[in-house]
Amino acid sequence: MTPEPHDVAVVGAGPAGLGAAAEAAGAGLDVVLIDAGQRPGGQYWRHAEGGRGQHWKAYEGLSRRLGQVRRIPGTQVWLITRDQEGFTLRLTGHDPVTARAVILCPGGYDRQLPIPGWDLPGVMAAGGVQALLKEHGTAPGRRAVVAGTGPFLLPVAVALARAGVAVAAVAEANPVTGWLRDPFGALAAPSKSVEAVRYAAAMTARRVLYRTRTVITEIVGDGRAEAVRLRRADGTQEEIAADLVALGWGFTPSLELPIMLGAETRLDEDGSLVAVVDGSQRSTADGVYIAGEATGVGGAALALAEGRLAALTLAGSGKTARLRRAVRRGRRFAAAMRRACPVPAEWTAWLTESTVVCRCEEVPYGELRRACHDLGADDARAVKMLARPGMGWCQGRMCGFATAAIAARLNGRVATADDLRAFAARVPAFPVALEDLAEN
Amino acid sequence: MTYTMTFEGRPVRAEPGQSVAAALVASGVVSWRVTRGQGRPRGLFCGIGLCHDCLITIDGVPDQRACVVPARDGMRLGDRDDA
Amino acid sequence: MSADLVVVGAGVVGAACAYFATSAGLRVTVVERGGIAAGTSSAGEGNLLVSDKEPGPELDLALLSLRAWREDLGDHGGLWEYEQKGGLVVASSPEGAAALRSLAAAQRACGVEVAEVADPVDYEPNLAPGLAAGAHYPQDAQVQPMLAAAHLLRLARERGAEIRLRTEVTGFLRDGDQVTGVRTAHADISAGAVLNAAGTWAGEVAALAEVTVPVLPRRGFVLVTQPMPVGTIRHKVYAAEYVGNVASGDAELQTSPVVEGTRSGTILIGATRERVGFDRTVSPEALRRLAGQAAALFPVLRSVRVMRSYLGFRPYCPDHLPVIGPDPRAPGLWHACGHEGAGVGLSAGTGLLLAQALTGAPAALDLAPFAPARFEAAA
Repeated sequence: MTPEPHDVAVVGAGPAGLGAAAEAAGAGLDVVLIDAGQRPGGQYWRHAEGGRGQHWKAYEGLSRRLGQVRRIPGTQVWLITRDQEGFTLRLTGHDPVTARAVILCPGGYDRQLPIPGWDLPGVMAAGGVQALLKEHGTAPGRRAVVAGTGPFLLPVAVALARAGVAVAAVAEANPVTGWLRDPFGALAAPSKSVEAVRYAAAMTARRVLYRTRTVITEIVGDGRAEAVRLRRADGTQEEIAADLVALGWGFTPSLELPIMLGAETRLDEDGSLVAVVDGSQRSTADGVYIAGEATGVGGAALALAEGRLAALTLAGSGKTARLRRAVRRGRRFAAAMRRACPVPAEWTAWLTESTVVCRCEEVPYGELRRACHDLGADDARAVKMLARPGMGWCQGRMCGFATAAIAARLNGRVATADDLRAFAARVPAFPVALEDLAEN
Repeated sequence: MTYTMTFEGRPVRAEPGQSVAAALVASGVVSWRVTRGQGRPRGLFCGIGLCHDCLITIDGVPDQRACVVPARDGMRLGDRDDA
Repeated sequence: MSADLVVVGAGVVGAACAYFATSAGLRVTVVERGGIAAGTSSAGEGNLLVSDKEPGPELDLALLSLRAWREDLGDHGGLWEYEQKGGLVVASSPEGAAALRSLAAAQRACGVEVAEVADPVDYEPNLAPGLAAGAHYPQDAQVQPMLAAAHLLRLARERGAEIRLRTEVTGFLRDGDQVTGVRTAHADISAGAVLNAAGTWAGEVAALAEVTVPVLPRRGFVLVTQPMPVGTIRHKVYAAEYVGNVASGDAELQTSPVVEGTRSGTILIGATRERVGFDRTVSPEALRRLAGQAAALFPVLRSVRVMRSYLGFRPYCPDHLPVIGPDPRAPGLWHACGHEGAGVGLSAGTGLLLAQALTGAPAALDLAPFAPARFEAAA
């Protein structure tokens, strides 16, 4: 017997997904909330059992409103298809779920740029470091350098310092004035700037060396990270000892589920691929709503508002005007932030022929160069097919953005949405055992 | 209580709620496999279940993501030959 | 701007034709509306097979092609991961075994090397036990099709060819009936001959010259697993029913297990066939059947993770034979298209034959069965 489809399946239980599920349930809809994590909260409200996180009241408020929501934690949607009644979501380790509509809140993860030595043990994504500290209470090193760009570097550095790790330096590639003191940004989302100032103060108190206009160009070590090389805008270089390197160049959204359903995508201000939505979180695919980082990286508060708006739109609520205004405002601020924290314009200059670009398949930069210059690859798709970056376990999540940029640059242009789509489409959405596929 | 696991035969302690990767890292293990192409050491990278750098054999089952599998008492971690 | 030959399409067939034509001394320009091998060439396994072909013109072309890959292109095999791994066809029932035996006998009479196998597990240790019989085809080989197409184009370029990507043909230059070149968005290119190597989209190109070539899409899915240790699967292994599915004209979804390893360690799992136009929607049913059949054939794969799948559109003609040769309805226009699921394997022979025909050299094979106008007579 096939159970009756849910009114809506919400995928992802971060701020956007929790907002969507709570609001949809409040509107009387029959909701199923599916998430990879064991506990709701996503990457933002990641916490140890019984622990507390930032903006905890908001989290508790949302959690209280999930009473009527069917929750399926600890699973991943590996396939989502449209059928007569709506949508079928196939899950790892769980029976499929059907729903008449879907609100996709897949979130995002640290955007990465390949750096010589970035595959040494001890080098981690900034978000991974944060997750270890918050959820597992583990500090993955003794002396850390946090490098990349964007406001997220600050909380990671502060959390490391609080955990007793010596933070030798924070290397921010861009000038900070762009986002720490942006008056329009501050007006649009005052709490954000307050947060940033607080982190800055915490770093000062702990004497963390905060370097702006400084890029990390190499990580050195024998079998594990031992030091990093930093280069400042004026060209001066220095080497700093560190056994932990946390890297993040902004975030990039997970788009495999929106793309699987045929939702249109576009290039955002920061060069990431994002899903196209209207002012009410409707994607271009009928019955598919998208909220949170997938529509453009903008942080937890915006994601929460978008999730709520998506649910109210789906429920046909007439009371969305204020929320729509809040989302518009939040998006303006997020766009300013993205413009202020681009990846360094000349980042490919630090690559050498042997720098590993694709960690899974161990494809060095030289192979990408040969694919373009010798074999005539003129886009990211062809580079991927000829040199194999993005063909391994992570399905292009780690190197996709960088490979698209490299392929474009080797052809004398900048990456297009098509270049990025070559790495963003994934079927299945996650690696899935053959026997699970056989029984789907 | 504290769990005790073994990694390549050596004892590794874990707190309840820790992932396998967190327990390994906390006990000073930073890499637990080598790549199949160049034999490079790999451990934890993305930390949130996406990059698959942290694959490990757990109780004889290969290719588990150490960063998402919760640590349990008595787990055997490491290559299949330990089993 | 002028050339002896304009090749329309930078897939593996167009690339092989460009290679053999430049090697024969022709001045060649390749025009392609997308990128290198952006169509069906990059969506297949890279099969160079004789085992799946029944006696007839296609088998003759396959044998010629295998020779061309091995001999004419033999020096370059390493560039495209050429591997003569051999094919292993297995039958699960006594009836299947009998059909396989009679097919093998007929193929042997045409020059195919084939050995009967009492227990397929002797050839593939990880195969499920209890299969009725098998046949081993040592000539079957594999290449990485993207690398093959890209390197053939590179070699053609070294021999003077010009490759123009992102250049769509919008029409033909004509002098009366005669085709004298192509019109593109960027420029006109005059040519002594124009070759339609547009694969599954060859019908659209032919229509620009006001001739009909009935090439249609037949969709297929392939699953790709996580990297496995070398030797997990040694041959291209498939079930005897596959041959029947290839030859069938049914529109509904057909699946039969085709499993093989690759140089990179991944295992490729095919094959599905269905006629659904150019629909790119993922079919859970197709994935389910592929996975189930492969796991039945190789139980060791059950817990192995699938990392990706892809789909492609095989260019097929109603009689399942490719279209190769000059088009009498539009003199100056030639075709090399409609190779269905065998385009990678047949590309080398196709290129060789076309270069011979274009330069008036003696033909290695009679092109009559592949004549472009043959469908008119049937209509």
